[in-house]
Amino acid sequence: MIEEGRLATLTEEAAIARPRDAIRPSSLATIDRVFRFASYACTLLVLLVLLGIIGSMVYGGWPAFREFGFLGFLSSSTWDVNNDQYGAWPAVAGTLASAGLALLIGVPISLGIAVYLTQLSPGWLKGPVSTAIELLAAVPSIIYGMWGLFVFAPLFARFVQVPVSNVVEGLPIVGTLLYARVPSGVGILTAGIILALMIIPFIASVTRDMLDQIPTVLRESAYGIGCTTWEVVRHVLVPQAGVSIIGAIMLGLGRALGETMAVTFVVGNANRLSGSIFDPGSTIASRIANEFNEAIGMQLNALIALGCILFLVTFAVLIVARILVSRVKVH
Amino acid sequence: MTTVPAARPTTEAEIPWGRVRPQRQLADKTMKVVCIVSTAIGVFVLGWILGMLAWQGLTSLSPRVFTQVMPGPGSEGGGLANAIVGSLILTFLGIAVATPVGVLAGTYLAEYGKTSKLAEVVRFINDILLSAPSILIGLFVYTLMVQPMGGYSGWAGGVALAIIATPVIVRTTEDMLRLVPNTLREAGAALGAPPAHVIINISWRAARAGIVTGILLAMARIAGETAPLLFTALNNTFWFRPDLFGGVSNLPVTIYQFALSPYPNWQELAWAGALLITVTILGLSVVARFLIKKEVSR
Repeated sequence: MIEEGRLATLTEEAAIARPRDAIRPSSLATIDRVFRFASYACTLLVLLVLLGIIGSMVYGGWPAFREFGFLGFLSSSTWDVNNDQYGAWPAVAGTLASAGLALLIGVPISLGIAVYLTQLSPGWLKGPVSTAIELLAAVPSIIYGMWGLFVFAPLFARFVQVPVSNVVEGLPIVGTLLYARVPSGVGILTAGIILALMIIPFIASVTRDMLDQIPTVLRESAYGIGCTTWEVVRHVLVPQAGVSIIGAIMLGLGRALGETMAVTFVVGNANRLSGSIFDPGSTIASRIANEFNEAIGMQLNALIALGCILFLVTFAVLIVARILVSRVKVH
Repeated sequence: MTTVPAARPTTEAEIPWGRVRPQRQLADKTMKVVCIVSTAIGVFVLGWILGMLAWQGLTSLSPRVFTQVMPGPGSEGGGLANAIVGSLILTFLGIAVATPVGVLAGTYLAEYGKTSKLAEVVRFINDILLSAPSILIGLFVYTLMVQPMGGYSGWAGGVALAIIATPVIVRTTEDMLRLVPNTLREAGAALGAPPAHVIINISWRAARAGIVTGILLAMARIAGETAPLLFTALNNTFWFRPDLFGGVSNLPVTIYQFALSPYPNWQELAWAGALLITVTILGLSVVARFLIKKEVSR
């Protein structure tokens, strides 16, 4: 595997001349040091990128935080470009609502897929189905956006929004929550559904790997005392992999919070906050994507401040997720 | 593992269901149905998306997509030639920056750092960067490069893509180097080769297919990224400048702008671009998966 010929002659010649340098000729030592330093520097660069992201968010968002106050900016609902008044709440609420809906829809489906792949699927089907699920993760988010806007939204408006709105109209609570003033198909719930489809492959494949790591003996002994598949899943697999499944779900949440393009297509991009999940709204990421290129002055700072809030939330979620997932691997 | 699924169907058929309480039977059947339906939903959605892309994309794909530049508003025809070339350049730039950084950092984690404090911290941060929102990376590069340099440029776009690609390469490189048996390294060291030589001539060579897979995966990841390019490379309906300053046309942002436009020929081009980009990315992922399977089984 090494270039043996060259190394052999090198050592022979050097051994005759200077025994000490035979083992480590100075040019080799220099290469060695340079290589080690280069790889060390690249490792530090990865650290620096994260610090740079934090730094640029805080630096760019600082004027907005100073002008409106952190809590004032977070809780205010005005987004008035003409009067330079900015508040984050509609975007923050939209982000949390769409990501929450995505988890609500996506988690049961992902866990179902993981259980199917590890427990139920016949051997010949396992490979193709896992490939299909993993390819779902490779589809770019802009494609999900186009599919959501041009294919899913019209169907959703016709077969869900209009009938449901007709049923719940006038009722308390659900009448507000599920009533679409303009049944166009786009809105917070549509964004949630598209996000659910996007996070399913991540949650499903991490959960599948975790379930695969559980020793087969445990499963077999549970089947041996007469458990049904459901009981094995409920009483053996879930307790064994519980923490890491929560980690996988939070990994999915981290993705859902920061997803930009797909959401921008289907969320409707309304600046106001509505009580209904059928109505258009906006998320932090979609607002940045929509307004950033035309923004100047305080609006630019307010948008970066929004990015700063997104950063804080996403990274907190991702850190917890990684800790939960890695803690199980150690055991 | 392989014997279990094969053996289960026969035992299942012999289970005397009469002795199992109905609630248990019901719970079990419900779970099985739920799992099968979930999997069917996942596969169905993939099929639906690909089917839609193939239908819409193939009907609007024609040779002029590759030969003509993007049409102006309201004008007929036109193609995506400048966007395709721009995308290739940006992706290549991103990979060219990310590959040395990613491979070296992955090498440090696997060969030098191992369990040191720095390696642990960087590993953790790399995992977080792996799923960081790409729009924030766009904002970061905007403040880092676009603002100081006074305008959008392809270089900023390349750096933004490189930041997204690096964690993927770091992770795969480290994982693949860890699969190289230690005895190989020891054999090299026993011959008197210094660590750098051992790594370059033994570890890297043994893990070559795996490292290439990581680079392919990173390419698949950045080829479709739109959000980080919005504020860095922007877009351009004409041929971009050869020094890459000013907006550089690229496929993802073009798809975004054209898909939401009112002109039918723009929308058609958006579908054609979407098909091109998806086929490229899925192709890269399939090749990468094939390579990694071969590597691990070896």
